[in-house]
Amino acid sequence: MSAETLTVRVELRFSGFDLNVSEELRLDGVTALFGPSGSGKSTLLRAIAGFETPASGRIGIGNRPWFDSESSVNTPPHLRPVGFMFQDARLLSHLDVAGNLDFADKRSDHREAGFSRADVLAALDLASLLDRRTGSLSGGERQRVALARTLLTRPALLLLDEPLAALDIDRKTEILPYLEQLPKRFGIPTIYVSHAIDEVVQLADQVLVLAAGRVQAYGPTASIVERLDLQPLTGRFEAGVVLDAQVMKHDPRLALTHVDLGGETLVMPIIEQLDPGDAIRLRIRARDVALAVERPNRISIRNILPGTVSEITPEGDTAFAEVFVALQGSRIRARLTRAAVEDLQLTRGAQVFALIKSVSFDRRSA
Amino acid sequence: MTMPDLGPLWLTLNLALVTTAILLIVGTPIAWWLATTRSALKPAVEAVTALPLVLPPTVLGFYLLVALSPTSALGKFWVDVTGDSLTFSFSGLVVASILYSLPFMVQPLASAFEQVGAGPMEAAASMRASPLDAFFNVVVPLSKRGFLTASVLTFAHTIGEFGVVLMVGGAIPGRTKVISIAIYEHVETLRYSEAHILSAGLVIFSFCVLLMVYSVNRRFPVHVG
Repeated sequence: MSAETLTVRVELRFSGFDLNVSEELRLDGVTALFGPSGSGKSTLLRAIAGFETPASGRIGIGNRPWFDSESSVNTPPHLRPVGFMFQDARLLSHLDVAGNLDFADKRSDHREAGFSRADVLAALDLASLLDRRTGSLSGGERQRVALARTLLTRPALLLLDEPLAALDIDRKTEILPYLEQLPKRFGIPTIYVSHAIDEVVQLADQVLVLAAGRVQAYGPTASIVERLDLQPLTGRFEAGVVLDAQVMKHDPRLALTHVDLGGETLVMPIIEQLDPGDAIRLRIRARDVALAVERPNRISIRNILPGTVSEITPEGDTAFAEVFVALQGSRIRARLTRAAVEDLQLTRGAQVFALIKSVSFDRRSA
Repeated sequence: MTMPDLGPLWLTLNLALVTTAILLIVGTPIAWWLATTRSALKPAVEAVTALPLVLPPTVLGFYLLVALSPTSALGKFWVDVTGDSLTFSFSGLVVASILYSLPFMVQPLASAFEQVGAGPMEAAASMRASPLDAFFNVVVPLSKRGFLTASVLTFAHTIGEFGVVLMVGGAIPGRTKVISIAIYEHVETLRYSEAHILSAGLVIFSFCVLLMVYSVNRRFPVHVG
């Protein structure tokens, strides 16, 4: 899929706050706008939708912008081909669930979208809620209805403004699977605003990190979350790496799944909903990785991968150091004591074996 | 007991209905503008629409008399177009009532719109609804209690007006003699029984209208959230 890009050049000032972003966002899968609250990520999303008007800049896909201060173009929100999902759902309280869905469905262009109202109802399990008044829905149900309503506008681009932020942890786990399957099921590129790094890791293919109205970093999720210089921002995510892998086979007898990681094989507890050939994303925490300079024999750890030390960063004055190890086609991060680094005489280029105590499965990749 | 002439009653109801209908059309955009604008002119427009609340009806009536008289530009234009005068006519009463009752339509509507807020309009826009579409299909249903209150207040206030009507319309039977003036005349001429009948009728009618409004309001509460 050759991805289009969304031009986002926005200069916008409020009292005591200014947002200045100039970026070409790849419209491929899910792009997260990530940053602490007050960093301007929601404002940026609202500017893309047309709910905020920048002082200057250019917003749009290709050569027909929705906003361009130079040629005085400013398409009103209802004419932009985007679907906006609000953090607080904003269901229309004078209509029931079906009425809310129909409101969007009636006004959208059905010709190009490859899905029907029934597809959306099925994807979000809404059939049983249709007659309900919006006031009687739980928080999670409201967000599902809001998401369905947004899909039914048949947008070329989905804009999701912290859809999970207003929910408690149980409701979040209720909604996440729905969000996860969206890109694959409906094929609409998505921009997802969030301040929770674990959501970003789980959902996003690429991340734009914002702080104080400025872009701090933009790139694939895997490389953003392992960047040490972004730790003050991504800090709530436990240090580790995110790796793309492919399911090879299941071993039902021992309840294991074998996955291919750049030519090496990893085994992990069986994940039955995956099929051989599926592309998946794995997460390995730095504290679950130990290093050995010789391949250990007769050890309980199953996943032992050879690699080369590429970077060693002491964690300030603590007892610990972060060690990056280049594997075949990927890299992994280990958290060791500085004493261990000295004792094993680890330096850049040293040949080591990474002992991985546990691997967690994040999601299917798009 | 002598039955009074009921003509003034029908004239009054007619005037109140026409005034409320026209004010719904005229007052809604003013209220919407007041509820949504960030213009520096907002306080000035608010003050102007509230003036009829504080001015003695005679002041308003006096200026209206001047502005509507056939010697004024507006009055002359009206005579040329319709062949009738704006002063001492039903049309003149309608114009006067519209101005006099304007705040009773605009203020409840504006606060209803403010309560709805920008959120539902944005939600509607996110579903491809044009601003006009969003207004009629989202804001109006969400503000129906505001519309009801504004209409009832306007209607009731128009029925009760006296000073402005007397100045602009006089007391021409069948044309401008509304119920409040008829009652006043009955009292002046010491025909108390007719005054009683009309007054009591007005009290009962007003009570019934309000009772109906509040019952409807209770039976169909506005769902918020």
